[in-house]
Amino acid sequence: MSGHVFHPGHAELHGITVVVETTGSLTYVGRYDSEDERGVLMLDVGVHDAAGGVSREEYVRKSAKFGIRTNHKHLLVPANQIARITKLGDPEP
Amino acid sequence: MPYNPTLVAPMRAEVTRLGAKELTSATEVDAALGDQKGSMLVFVNSVCGCAAGNARPALALALKHSVVPQQVVTVFAGQDIDAVARARHYFGEYQPSSPSMALLRDGEVVHFVHRHQIEGRSPQSIAGDLTAAFDRLFGATV
Repeated sequence: MSGHVFHPGHAELHGITVVVETTGSLTYVGRYDSEDERGVLMLDVGVHDAAGGVSREEYVRKSAKFGIRTNHKHLLVPANQIARITKLGDPEP
Repeated sequence: MPYNPTLVAPMRAEVTRLGAKELTSATEVDAALGDQKGSMLVFVNSVCGCAAGNARPALALALKHSVVPQQVVTVFAGQDIDAVARARHYFGEYQPSSPSMALLRDGEVVHFVHRHQIEGRSPQSIAGDLTAAFDRLFGATV
């Protein structure tokens, strides 16, 4: 459904589960709410630190397959830390 | 805090009229899932737009398929708190989200459709994935 906005009046990613990769070791997976000059506001968020030994890729893969282990109801990812925002994809078969 | 039951009633009916048995208490969930045999779909309903516009219509489409689970049950997230919590106990390592759908075979989750696989997708697309899972996992009609 190209061009389809999940919730009209909001940004294209509003309400969509995304992976926010940062310039550091943290990765955030949760629902994208909104974005402004401060950063991205996310809801029902799992936060992963790759410095703990589990890679970002493995964390995202597990999140796609088993769902998000939420540890924040909402948080703001600072704009200056954001490297990339992508949709959480389907798990591998 | 649960919504007014009157507002939620049509959302429940949209699923139960498909033949799904509604489980509204932990006791009912245990009775249905506790010694589950055969194939089952557990539909976690919710009040959100992606349940109304995506998940519930997808379920309706999928249950018209030639291969369907032997049992379909439903719990309502945010409304029947104890029932949903108890159902999620049976989902093992699959994390809570709503709406969502779990396919079980003999008590084991063999396929899970998370909220992130529902949001922003058409009912037809979701139903296509579901029916493909029905064919692959169950291969038997009620």
